[in-house]
Order: sequence, then structure tokens, then C-alpha cells
Amino acid sequence: MAKVDFEVPELDQYARIPAVEPGTMSRSKPYVAKAEFQADLGFPGELVDDWQNKAIAKMGELLGKYRSLQVYLDSCVKCGSCTDKCHYYLGTKDPKNMPVGRQDLMRKVYRRYFTLAGRYFPKLVGAEDFTKEVLDDWYSYYHQCSQCRRCSVFCPYGIDTAEISMAAREIMDSIGVGQKYCNEIIGKVYKIGNNLGLPGPALGDTLEGLEEDVYDDTGVKVRYPLDEEGAEILLITPSADFFAEPHVDGLIGYGKVFHEAGVSWTLSSYASEAANFGMFIGSYENMRRVAQRIRKAAIDLKVKRIVFGECGHAWRVAYSFLNTLAGPWDFLDPRYPVPQHICELTYDLMQQGKLKLDKSQNDDKVLTYHDSCNVARASRMGDTPGGQFDIPRAIIRATCNNFYDMDEETIRERTFCCGGGGGLLTDDLMEVRVKGAKPRVEALNNVMQEKGVTHMAAICAICKSQFTKVLPFYGMEMDQIVSVHQLVSNAIILTPGEEDEAAEDADEAA
Amino acid sequence: MSFLTVLYASLFYFAAAVLAAGLTYKIVQYARTPAPLKIPTTPAPTTTSGVAFRLAREVVLFESLFKGSKWTWIFGWMFHFGLFLVTLRHLRYFIDPVWLPIQLVQPFGIYGGIAMVVGLVGLLGRRFLVDRVRYISSPSDHLILALLILIGLSGVMMTFVVHTDIVSLKHFIRGLVTFHVQPLPADPVLMLHLLLVVGLMIIFPFSKLLHAPGLFFSPTRNQVDNPREQRHIADWARGLEQS
Repeated sequence: MAKVDFEVPELDQYARIPAVEPGTMSRSKPYVAKAEFQADLGFPGELVDDWQNKAIAKMGELLGKYRSLQVYLDSCVKCGSCTDKCHYYLGTKDPKNMPVGRQDLMRKVYRRYFTLAGRYFPKLVGAEDFTKEVLDDWYSYYHQCSQCRRCSVFCPYGIDTAEISMAAREIMDSIGVGQKYCNEIIGKVYKIGNNLGLPGPALGDTLEGLEEDVYDDTGVKVRYPLDEEGAEILLITPSADFFAEPHVDGLIGYGKVFHEAGVSWTLSSYASEAANFGMFIGSYENMRRVAQRIRKAAIDLKVKRIVFGECGHAWRVAYSFLNTLAGPWDFLDPRYPVPQHICELTYDLMQQGKLKLDKSQNDDKVLTYHDSCNVARASRMGDTPGGQFDIPRAIIRATCNNFYDMDEETIRERTFCCGGGGGLLTDDLMEVRVKGAKPRVEALNNVMQEKGVTHMAAICAICKSQFTKVLPFYGMEMDQIVSVHQLVSNAIILTPGEEDEAAEDADEAA
Repeated sequence: MSFLTVLYASLFYFAAAVLAAGLTYKIVQYARTPAPLKIPTTPAPTTTSGVAFRLAREVVLFESLFKGSKWTWIFGWMFHFGLFLVTLRHLRYFIDPVWLPIQLVQPFGIYGGIAMVVGLVGLLGRRFLVDRVRYISSPSDHLILALLILIGLSGVMMTFVVHTDIVSLKHFIRGLVTFHVQPLPADPVLMLHLLLVVGLMIIFPFSKLLHAPGLFFSPTRNQVDNPREQRHIADWARGLEQS
């Protein structure tokens, strides 16, 4: 564990609302994107001349394009319902990390330049000029929002701070102040096809290695195909699934499920990324450009269905936005939803009795489940509202004997973010990541103490990476976080194919 | 006709015009601004009638606020429901003859007035006592509460302490409605009450009171959860597809 210059919060047994301590996180700032990376996304390379007027003009443009922004900047009555709901406030005590505190950084500028009251009576209504200090605050605090939407659940008007922080990042990008982590990654997707910059041949090697590993483990040939034209299903999965732990165990699980379903599938080297960081930076154009790669891959590979692997914000973009950004999908098989989540597919197979599962294979674990924020509050699985909570839990219960939920106040639609979502999963934001994880880790710690829980399953690549990194700060083990399809992978009883039997016979003959 | 009558009649016409024009402007602005992406806070209804039911629960019961903060919900709901009853009670000044339901609601309107003031005082108390709410409060947040409390108190006073000539008042208001201005009874408490109401009407379209129409246009609350079934696209975004 790296040495840190901040204090890791102590875990409480009961959720406590801290007293306000202004400024505790004002020094937190991610690295600024270099000019070359800004250019790839169509943004100026550095802070432009006349940035203030250009930023105000951009804000005006966005107010005309997004009803959410216009309505949310007008409607807040400062009732305080959201003030104790953000995990970053609970972990840092900084009032600018209260959802309304964060929104007000933009609202005070909006009021100053776009409302009568703010123009003539700025002091009265808390309006302020867009100064360099305010811009610095924006850069700091709009990069301490993981766009998890927890605040929007509790707001009487449904004000979603994610909408505000996305708009703020879009405005900052437009005047040349971009965040290195997100913008560099989007550039990699354009150039190479995925966030990690893994080229096609490297993916091919990795997948071959997985086939060998699974064969050595199980004696069954499970395929992990890449760029196979004419496959039934195109699998779009976060690139972390190709090599990070525990992500890759999930990918192994998807392959086993497809194997049992007897359905052909393929990954694409061109669209080898489910994540879409265009959403994090609030850029419709960039989000669309990333999404269009999936459309092209689906057409080029002549697939009939699209299935997404375990990734939270990717599932939001897939479920809620893909039809908008890259549809219509009239060339795909209309019997299946487009796109489908791997959990929906696995669950359907379970319902049809097509998966043989041996729960005892996971008896070394006592599990709990972390609802990832974008899955919980910005998407759905199955036909009924709330399927996004029930389907993953049904899969976990079918693959293990020991499962306990965390405190009801911290799961389902009230779930706490892992602390690393929304484009914050970078080492230069370690302090806010560790502190923001506090409410989730607290609830986890409680079920560990009370129920003997040993592992927490999740269906989000960011959650998995974040917990791997931050759990050790709280004295826990990095491998306590597991993929849901890792559990499936452990429990599934594979049916040998014809090749496998032939191979066994050959072995015996030899 | 007295100077006061002319002044108040003019003020009311002015305030009504500002309120109507301002609200119309904002509502048209909200309606015309596209919502390019599907962003309902899920779990969300999958049908239009489900969305209507969700919005109704928000408007009538303040469902999300109930989840968020019980004290704010209690005071906020008391104030709004009280205000609703008071508004119904006041309809008797505007219509003639008074409809039966409005006659029946009269006594409840009095309790509404009391509930309204109690709720408002509770909300004001939170602004001072809860450090997080104190931090986010601007002078305007306190002033709007003070304005509403004064409206409520002056109104309740006229019921319990210093009665006003409500027969003449009704003539004055009916006169405004029918554009035949009638004399206003020169009662200081009534004049204060009416002046504050005029103020409230004027600031409505320029302040956070816009939360009232805003709720109906909030995409996280008013969108149907059906993005896979129906393609949702804004006009400006359709433009990108040509390129």
C-alpha cells in the first residue's frame, strides 16, 4: 500500500452525519489533460483567452440543449434533503461535497449571468461572478462527484447532481481545462479501441491463454473468440476484464455460460470496450463517437445480438443511451432486448434449467452484494422495475450457499458508490477515493462482523478496481471483492463438447 | 375612489400580469428545451400512467423528501397542505355564489392557516439549527420564509384578533376579477397582508418558487423507463446523424 498524506477515516458502527468542515478537500485536484489529448476529443489544448465569456456562452448553449440543467438550476429550494446523502460528504465533511453545495458552485454562476435576481441582487440570492477562484473550485469539486445519482433519489424535484457535474466538465473542456485521466482514455478508445490501449493481437493472446487455463482447470474446451464474423452474439465488456483481477474471472464465467447455452459468440477488437467515458465528461458528441464503434462492430461481424459484460456506467450507457446514440438496432434479432446484460442472459438460462450449478464450489465464501450505482439508479434488467436488484441477487443465491445483504439503507436504490466512479478512478485522486468509500466499507464491515461475510460481489469494473485498491486502506484484503460471474464460473458444471471427448479418448489411447 | 384603492388595484393587476407572463415564459422554456437522453432515476415506471402516478405521489405526498429527511418532510408538507387549504378557503372571495365544496372547506382553511405558519417556522428553524442547511442558505432563502410567515400571521390575525370587513373585501376582489374596481376597506392588517401577497406573486417567476412547475419537467421523475423499446432522440442530436 502506497504511503499517503491523509488520514483514513475510522469506520463507525452506525452511520453518522459529520458536522460541516469547510475546505477540507479544496486541495484535491486531478491532473489536467495535456494539449495533445484535448485535441483528440475536439477541445482546446489549454485555458483559452477570454475563457470567462466563452464558458458563460457554453453554459447558455447547454441550458438550451438539456432540460435537466435548466430545470435543476432553477428548482432547488435548499431544503437540505440531499445534504447528508453523498458518500464524499460523509467521508470528507467538506460542505462543497454536499450535493447542493456542489450544485451551487454552478448555480451561483447561473444566477449571476442568466437570472434577473442574480444580475441585480447578487448578494441576496447567492450569485457570484465566474472568477478564476470559482473555476478552480469547479475543477476541484466537479472532480469529486462520481455521478452516482444517490442525491437524485432523495431530492423532492429529482435534481440529479450528475447532470450538473457533467455539464460543468463539458464547460471546462470547452475552455481547455480537461481532466487527464478521462480524456486520455477516450483518446485511447479512438486510436486503439479500448481504455487500456490493448491492441488486437494482445487481446488475442490473452483470450488464447484463457482458453488454455480453463481447459487445464476443467478438461473442457471453452472458447473465447475474437473477431469471429457470423457469431450469434457480440460481447462488449470492459477492457479491465481482459486482465485485471477479479475482473478476468468474470470474463471466464461469461465464456462458460455461453458454452453451456450452446450459442456462438465473439468479442471485437475494434469495439473492445464497454466503458464510455464520454458520459463522465458530459460530452454527447464523444459519448456518441464511442458508442458508434459498437454499431460498426455489430454490422461488420454480422452478429444477431449484443450482450454487455459486468460494468456499471457502461450498462447505463448501454441500457439507457445506446438506442439513442447508435440505434436503431432493427438489423438485430428482435426476440432479444438490445442490448442485453450478461446477468439477464445467465438468469434466463437458469430459469430454463440450462445451467447446472454446484453451489458448494463457493462454500469457502460468505457473500454480500454491492449494487453498483449506475446499474441501480440509472438502468434496469429484465421486464420489471427493480430487476437490476433482483436478477444479480438471484444469480448469486443460485451459485452459493451463504449470502447476506448489507444494511437496507445502503443497498438497492440507496446504494453507496464505491467511491471511484464517474472518472475518478485515478491515483491522483486517491484521497477522495479512499474517503468516499467510507460509507460502503462501513456497511461491509458491519456484515463482516455480524454475519461473518468474507466476500463482496459486484458487477462493475470500476467498483472492482476501486475496492481492490481501497479495501487495504481499511485493513481489509484486496481479494475480498469478486465478480458475480466469477461465482458462476466456480459453480457451473460444464458439459464436455465432442472435441473434449475425442481428446480424452486420444489421451487414453496414448 | 380613494388613492389606496387605486394603488392596490394597480398593484394587483401588475402582480398578476408579472406572475402570468413570467410563469408562462418559464413553462414554455422548460417545455421547449429538449431532454436528449433517458435519465429517469430508477427503478422507474415503464408506462405513462405509471409516470403520472409517480409524479402524483411527489406532488401530493412529497415521496422523495420523505425518504430524504423526515423533519423537513413534516414541516414542508404541513406548510404546503396548509397553504392548499388556505387557498381553497380564499376562493370564496373570488366566486359568487360560493360553491358548496368551498363552503364546506371554510373551517378547515382556518386550521390550514395555523398548520402553514407552524410548518414555516419549523422550516426556518432548520435553516438556523442544522449546520448543513445553514451553510447552503442565502439571504433570499430566509426572506422568502419570512415573507410567507408574515402572510400567514397577518391572515390568521384577521381571523382571530382583528377582524376585517370581509364583505367589502369581497366586493373589492370581485371588482378586480370583473374589472369594475370597488373600494378597498382601509384596514392596516389587511393592507399589509395584501401587499405581501403582491410581493409573493411578483417574485414567484424569478425565484426558487419555480420548483412548483419545475417538478413536472424534471426528467428524472417524468420520463418513462423504456429506452430499449423506444428510440428517444432530440432534434439537435438527430443533426449529428447526418454527418
